[in-house]
Amino acid sequence: MLKSIKVRASQGSQFIPDPRQANPAGYRGKPVIADRPCDSRCTSCQTVCPTRAIELDPARIDLGRCVLCGDCEPACPANKLTFDNDFKTAATERDALVVAAARPSIDPMKVSTALKQRFGRSLKLRSVSAGGCNACELEVNALTNVNLDIGRYGIDIVASPRHADGLVLTGPISRNMAQALQLCWDGMPDPKLVIAVGACAISGSPFEDGRALDRHFLERFKPSLYVPGCPAHPLTFISGVLDLLGIES
Amino acid sequence: MGPSKSTVMALTRELAPLSLDAWAEACGKSLGAGGRLVALFGRAEGEEIVVTAVLQSPGTGLGVLRSRAPRGARYPSLTARFTSAQMPERELWEQTGLVPDGHPWLKPVRFEGDRQQRMDEYPFFCVRGHDVHEVGVGPIHASVIEPGHFRFMCHGERVAHLEIQLGYQHRGVEAMLLRRPPLALTTTIESIAGDSSIAYAWGYCAAVEALAGLQLRPEVDLVRGVALELERIAMHLVALTGLATDIAFLQGGATYGRLRTAIINATQRVCGNRFGRGWLRPGGVRHALDETLRGDLLQTLEAFGKDFLEVNELMLAARSVQSRFQGTGTVSTQAAMDIGLVGLAARASGVPVDARWDLPGRLYSDHRIDTFTESAGDCWARMRLRMREIEESLRWVNRVVATPELELSSHALERFGPLYPDTLCVTVREGFRGPVVQALETGADGRLLHYKVQDSSLFNWFGLAQAVRENEISDFPICNKSFDLSYCGNDL
Repeated sequence: MLKSIKVRASQGSQFIPDPRQANPAGYRGKPVIADRPCDSRCTSCQTVCPTRAIELDPARIDLGRCVLCGDCEPACPANKLTFDNDFKTAATERDALVVAAARPSIDPMKVSTALKQRFGRSLKLRSVSAGGCNACELEVNALTNVNLDIGRYGIDIVASPRHADGLVLTGPISRNMAQALQLCWDGMPDPKLVIAVGACAISGSPFEDGRALDRHFLERFKPSLYVPGCPAHPLTFISGVLDLLGIES
Repeated sequence: MGPSKSTVMALTRELAPLSLDAWAEACGKSLGAGGRLVALFGRAEGEEIVVTAVLQSPGTGLGVLRSRAPRGARYPSLTARFTSAQMPERELWEQTGLVPDGHPWLKPVRFEGDRQQRMDEYPFFCVRGHDVHEVGVGPIHASVIEPGHFRFMCHGERVAHLEIQLGYQHRGVEAMLLRRPPLALTTTIESIAGDSSIAYAWGYCAAVEALAGLQLRPEVDLVRGVALELERIAMHLVALTGLATDIAFLQGGATYGRLRTAIINATQRVCGNRFGRGWLRPGGVRHALDETLRGDLLQTLEAFGKDFLEVNELMLAARSVQSRFQGTGTVSTQAAMDIGLVGLAARASGVPVDARWDLPGRLYSDHRIDTFTESAGDCWARMRLRMREIEESLRWVNRVVATPELELSSHALERFGPLYPDTLCVTVREGFRGPVVQALETGADGRLLHYKVQDSSLFNWFGLAQAVRENEISDFPICNKSFDLSYCGNDL
C-alpha cells in the first residue's frame, strides 16, 4: 500500500491539459519552404527524397507522402527547406496536405456538422494495421496513455468492429491484409468513417515500390480524416479529430 | 585477433561454393559442434540458386558457407537433426524453391511472391479427439497491434498446441531494397520494423560503410550505441506497460506508459522523431550529442531512473502480479536451445546469447555492457529481464553521456566512394528483441545483388507457440506480450 502511494505521488499529474496547445520540443513535424528563389535546374531535394514527396516550380511538399525524414534539408544548396514542430497537419481532403512557400500551413479544418452531430460526444474507433510497421500502431496506442488521455473527449479505441464508429487505418495495405481489412469494415455498423493514419496509409508511399500492396479499399472508401507523419504524431491525430468534430479542448 | 565483430565481409569469389549436399553436411557439422544458424538465404542467378548460410561458432565469430544448386534442387533437411533450423529452412524454401527433404513442418512463412493473398490455404496442424476444439484469433486482434492469426488447439481449457500463421504484413521489403541506390535506403530500413528503427538503421549503415571501406570515428558508434539503448528502454517499457495492463495492474500500466513518453520525447529532442528516425545515416549520425543535449539526456534519465525503480518494486512485490506471471508460459532452457531462441526470449530461458556480448567489436569491448539471464523461462522471467536490461541500458548511456572526454558532438557525415564489387557483408545488431541480421551482397558493378533482412522474431515466434502449450487460452495475451515479437519484422 505504501509503495503504491509512493508511486502515485511520483506520478503527479501527467496529462497534457490542452493537446492543441502542446509544444513537442524538437519534433520534425512540418516542412517549411522559404519564400526565396532557388536554381530552377537544381533537383537535389527531389533526388534525396525517398518517397517522391517533393514537386518543384514552385517547390511543394506533399505531407501525404512525406516521411519527415529531413533528408532534403541539408541537400538543398539554397537552404530553402527546414522543418518546424507544428503538428497540426491533419486534413479532411487529400489535396490539402500539400505545403508550399505560398501555403506554409495546412488550412484549419472545417468542423463537419454531420459528423459532429453523430460522433461529437462519443466516437469509438477500431484500429486495423494493414502492413503498418508498429510505429503508427504504437502512436495510436499512445492516444490512450495518461499523457494524452483521449478518453476525456469521449473518444475510445474499442476491440470489436461491431462497437466501432470509425476505422483507424495504419499501414500501406498489404495484399495479404486486404481481405481482412474489408471484412472488418463490413462488420462495422453504419454510419461509419475511415481515418487514414501515417504516410503509408495515406499514399502507400514508403512501400509502394514493394509491389505487395492492394490499396483498392481506399478507392472505395474515402477517409474523412488524413493524419500524416511517419509515424503520425499522436498530437496530430488528437488535434485533427477534435477539429473535425468541433470538440473543445 | 581482436574481439569478434558484428560486421563481417567476404569476397564472393573466395567463397568457394559447395555442392548442396556437401553444404548441408558442413552446416550440420557446424551446428553439431555448438554453432548457431544466424541466417540462411538464397537468390536466383540464371537457372541456379546461390545459397548462403551464416553460422556463428562458439569463440570464432561469424562464418559463411555457400552453395550453388539448380532451381528446385533437394537436400537433406537440417531441421530433422537441428530443430532450430526449421524456420530458416522454411523461408529458404518459400523464397527460392529449394526443398529440404525430410523437413517435418514445411509451410509458408509469410505468403510472399505467388502465394500472396492465399492466406486461407495455410495447412494448419490438426489435433483430433473427443472434446478437442479449435479457437481461431486474428488476423485482427482486440487491441491496437499488428495482424497475425493464432489458432489454438485445445482440450477443455488446456492448450495442446498453438499454431501461428503470419504473413499479413508482407510488404515486399527485400525486393524493394534492390530497386533504389544502395546508399538511399535508410528511411525504408527504418520502417521494416518501425519499433526497431535504430537497430535496423545501424546494421544497414554499418554494412554500407564496410562495403565502401569507410572507417568511422569511434565516437560515431558511441552515439549510435546511445540511440540503440534508448530504443531498448522505450520498447521494453511498451512490453512492461502491456504486461501490467493485461493483468489489470493499472498503476503499473499508467506509470510505465508515462515513463516511456519521457524517453521517446528525449529521443525526439535529439533527432526530431520519437522513434529515432532520421538519427542515423550512412557515414555517421545526422544528430550528434552536444553539451546541451547531453545535459538534457542525463537529467531525463535521472528523473526516469528513480521513478522506474520505484514502480518496479511495486510491480515485483504485488502478489497478484506474481501469481499471474510466475510459472506461466514457460520455455525451458533445453527447449529454448533446441528451437534456437535468440535475444531476450533466449536469455529469459537461461541461454546467454547477446550480440553485444558475443560479437562485441570495438564499441562494446571498450564500453562493456552487461547482459543477463533468468533461469525460469516464464512470463515473470521475461518481465524481470526487461527491467534489468533497462537498468543496465540506463547505466551504460549515463556512463557514455556523462564522460566529458568522449567527444560526441561532431556532425559531418563521411563521404562515400563506390561500394566494393563482388562482396558479401553481414551485420548483426542486438535490437531490443534480439539480433537484427542484415546481409548485403554487391555484384561486379558494386550495385546490390541481394539484401537479406532477418528479424529475431523469425526464430522466436515458435518459442511463443511452445510457451503457450499446457497453459490456458486466457494466459495467451500475457505470454504474447512477454515475448513482444514483431509481425512486420517476420513478414518483411
